[in-house]
Amino acid sequence: MTAAEGVPSRDRVGVRHALSFAGTFATAACASIGAIALLLILGYVALQGIRAFNWAFLTQLPVPVGEPGGGVANGIVGTIVTVGLAVVIATPLGLLSGLFLALFGRGWFPEAVRFLSDVVSGIPSIAIGLFAYTLLVAPFRHFSAISASFAFALLMLPLILRTSEEAVRSVPRAIREGALALGLSEFASTMRIVLPAARPAIITGLLLAIARVTGETAPLLFTAFGSQFWELNPTQPMAQLPLQVFTYAISPYQSWHQQAWAGALLLILAVLVLNVMARLVLSPKGRR
Amino acid sequence: MSTAVTSDDAQAAAPLRVENLSAFYGQRCAVAGVTMAFRANAVTALMGPSGCGKTTILRCLNRIHEIAPGAYAVGQVLLDGEDVYDSNISVIELRRRVGMVFQRPNPFPTLSIAGNVVAGLNRQMSRSQKLEVAEKALRGAALWDEVKDKLQQPATALSGGQQQRLCIARALAVEPEVLLMDEPTSSLDPISTLSIEELMSALSDRFALVVVTHNMQQAARISDYSAFMLADEQGVGRLVEMDETAKIFTKPSDRRTEDYITGRFG
Repeated sequence: MTAAEGVPSRDRVGVRHALSFAGTFATAACASIGAIALLLILGYVALQGIRAFNWAFLTQLPVPVGEPGGGVANGIVGTIVTVGLAVVIATPLGLLSGLFLALFGRGWFPEAVRFLSDVVSGIPSIAIGLFAYTLLVAPFRHFSAISASFAFALLMLPLILRTSEEAVRSVPRAIREGALALGLSEFASTMRIVLPAARPAIITGLLLAIARVTGETAPLLFTAFGSQFWELNPTQPMAQLPLQVFTYAISPYQSWHQQAWAGALLLILAVLVLNVMARLVLSPKGRR
Repeated sequence: MSTAVTSDDAQAAAPLRVENLSAFYGQRCAVAGVTMAFRANAVTALMGPSGCGKTTILRCLNRIHEIAPGAYAVGQVLLDGEDVYDSNISVIELRRRVGMVFQRPNPFPTLSIAGNVVAGLNRQMSRSQKLEVAEKALRGAALWDEVKDKLQQPATALSGGQQQRLCIARALAVEPEVLLMDEPTSSLDPISTLSIEELMSALSDRFALVVVTHNMQQAARISDYSAFMLADEQGVGRLVEMDETAKIFTKPSDRRTEDYITGRFG
């Protein structure tokens, strides 16, 4: 065995350093491109949106073209109502299904549920909207916010289901065994010990699911439809912030374009806040 | 090949006995044909090398073994003469009478120190009753003085040794007749280990204590009776012998026990 064997020569070491540097540089460059693109979008929207972003924009109803001012207050409220109803529909279903999968997740049935849930999460949202239209709009012959909530709930369901399953699964088995060994029933150990330990991750999943549907536009086109007026009755067509952005953006009017940017900014801010909340819930302090 | 050697007087005073118990994980047999008796007010050590089935036996005693998918046991575990696998004793009642402490401290992460101790208690108990029980249990686990001023703080803020004593307190709070401990000190530092060992001898006045350990010195230090287990050629755990600890460590009846104790393997 010679001394040189296994020990790279000086110039090979140089090559390795060069390769290592090139690799680090390439990956960092790609990451920067992604981040820069994102920052450009955010910056541009903020720049454009801030001009029409004022108190009236947040609190007033839309006004006809030509009149100055006006806002998207009905759209904000409509989005909150529609998403809120979707949360009410999807959360219990998704949470209980996720719990079922985490606790009794073996065999063909749970596997089928997981598979279908993955399929649903891959369906384009416009197809989900069409489904909601067929089921809840066409038979009643008029658009409604509840049909949009139904479409949103379908979009949220797979996310809530899988994140709840993961959250419950990630509670160490030793914790559950400890509870059972104390003489707690399966039900009590799940409700009192396992679920509370999984709660931060479940809430995070829920917030991310809300963020996911808040900016959805396609399913709204033929469900909630939009409205120029105050509407709080979910069985009626209802204004929606993403729809207003869409309508304003494709209009030929300069003042509406500005409002579209402001609406887009508002949506991004809402999603940002939801994401930051999701992070805070999962932080060590939130976990306690 | 296994002959369970259990003296007759041990049988008589034993509230917990195992008769011809075999435990399986699906197709795989982990231990076979084990017969043992665990005496009241005494510490019994289950020792043997890794994979000899000592933990599996322990987990059969409170039927926590069977919560693993596909796991089951055949044979009898007699608690005061009643077979816990085939009787009117519910699993829940069994686990209240036979408490367990695990290898790694597993405090409930969302509960306070006090909340952990009272987690197994009847929910109908009043708050003051619960606090009374909690104090008694924490004193029993030699933890009261360290935590009495921070009962409402999260249990996860305690040190590893304190967490393990908290888990002991949690088990004591439901007043079991038997306490099972699965290598309770294996994840702890020497000082915490010492405090847990002192605690074990104090607790043995009140319970039948069954302690799994792969540490022979620990078995010699803390136990009154010892069982030595070994896996056979197929990897199936068997009881080699069981006797008073003093006898196991000085005059074992089986050659393999002697080899293990003198450090020739394991």
